Amino acid sequence: MDLKIKAIVIDKNGLQRTITRLADEIIERNSGATNLAIIGIRTRGATIAERLVKKIEAIEKKQVPFGILDITLYRDDFRMRLKQPTVRATEISFNIDDKNLILVDDVLYTGRTSRAALDALMDIGRPATIQMAVLVDRGHRELPIQPDYVGKAIPTSIGEEVRVLLREVDDDDCVLLVEAPKEV
Amino acid sequence: MALSSSHLLGLEGVPADDIRTILDTAENIKTIFDRPIPKVPTLRGITVVNLFFEASTRTRISFELAEKRLSADTVNFSSSTSSVKKGETLKDTVRNIAAMKINMIVIRHSAAGAAYFLTQCTDATIINAGDGQHEHPTQALLDMMTLREKWGQLAGKKVAIIGDVMHSRVAGSNIRGLLTMGAEVMVCGPKTLIPPGLHEFGVNVSYDIDEAIGWADALNVLRIQLERQEKGLFPTLREYHAEFGITRERIERAKKELIIMHPGPINRGVELDSDVADSDASIILDQVTNGVAVRMAVLVLLSGMDSNESSG
Repeated sequence: MDLKIKAIVIDKNGLQRTITRLADEIIERNSGATNLAIIGIRTRGATIAERLVKKIEAIEKKQVPFGILDITLYRDDFRMRLKQPTVRATEISFNIDDKNLILVDDVLYTGRTSRAALDALMDIGRPATIQMAVLVDRGHRELPIQPDYVGKAIPTSIGEEVRVLLREVDDDDCVLLVEAPKEV
Repeated sequence: MALSSSHLLGLEGVPADDIRTILDTAENIKTIFDRPIPKVPTLRGITVVNLFFEASTRTRISFELAEKRLSADTVNFSSSTSSVKKGETLKDTVRNIAAMKINMIVIRHSAAGAAYFLTQCTDATIINAGDGQHEHPTQALLDMMTLREKWGQLAGKKVAIIGDVMHSRVAGSNIRGLLTMGAEVMVCGPKTLIPPGLHEFGVNVSYDIDEAIGWADALNVLRIQLERQEKGLFPTLREYHAEFGITRERIERAKKELIIMHPGPINRGVELDSDVADSDASIILDQVTNGVAVRMAVLVLLSGMDSNESSG
């Protein structure tokens, strides 16, 4: 698939710096890492979350519980999409009750994914707080949802798409602004 | 991932990729069971009718639980308390139910092909929960899921299906599914209960239970339907047990690790002895747990499809 790249929004080094800053902000806001847990939304949110965990653990010298959330079964468009999404497992092996959860995703757009993630977390337990960290906020919200930590806010138009590439899944580290492929 | 068919009528002709998708999805869905709230909103707004024209406890409860855990609305129908008693035909029953705007029908019926017949008289998605002596696809899928959990894969493994293969839709679906997934299959039972010509499909046939036990990695022990004895297909239950019953002595003689499965309900002391059914080798209760997961996976995967076209 040929993508028309309009801009490189964050490059490799920028991505590292952004994640370091997000980790710092999370620690600052929560006065350390006590009672903190990080949950990433599959797929790329989980990868970013994993990097945040490593950073926070390195700074605070403390283990931070980490989990992966699959929200496929909670999507509001599950039956409307042309391509059926694959159902994968949620991997949260610790008790989230009374924890301060940081919910991590790569791109915040309409807010519908976050809504689904919040519902999924409520079925798993009763956290003390849920805060939200995203690498990119591209605007165009359809629900009243706002992130607590933003890597970069990028004004976009509907005809554009933000692609986050991470070396763990895509062999590269950067954020691209591309022209949205035409729906067939 | 989507399936290549918009109904689940049987495992005949279902490609390995579809079976893999169902089993993978079921495995992931199973993790929901351990949560404080073992329920997801995926099928909210979808209405499922469970049409059971034949007695069933396990399968009906399993489907109903699967539907409820996916937040579908469910309606139960059993022939004993319905207008079928007044002589209504299957077609009329189904067309009337379909007129109430339902999305999916789970059907169990004593006639082979009943599930297929429904696809011809309604637009709803049809799931076969057992049609006559033909197929019982979700049972075979849950059997395969349970075996795959134990082994990691099905290809190259040996499964012996023991007992009344002739009248068994469980055997019918298991044979088709296991062969598709690359497993080896043997059937074993009295000659009167083994249909002729199975070897043409690549199925091994044996009439000697000790040979089957020696060959197999897993035994899927079928229920002996007690009414068969009246038709003279085997002399007595006692003799059946003596010749083909799975006993601890027989298992121990094989001196190897063997998995024991049974689709239920068990006739203890006929096809399967209690100490084997309740032993560590038995994965019978895992089958029941996985049954709910497999049925949830099938419902989820089929719900995303338009029943009028087969492309996802």
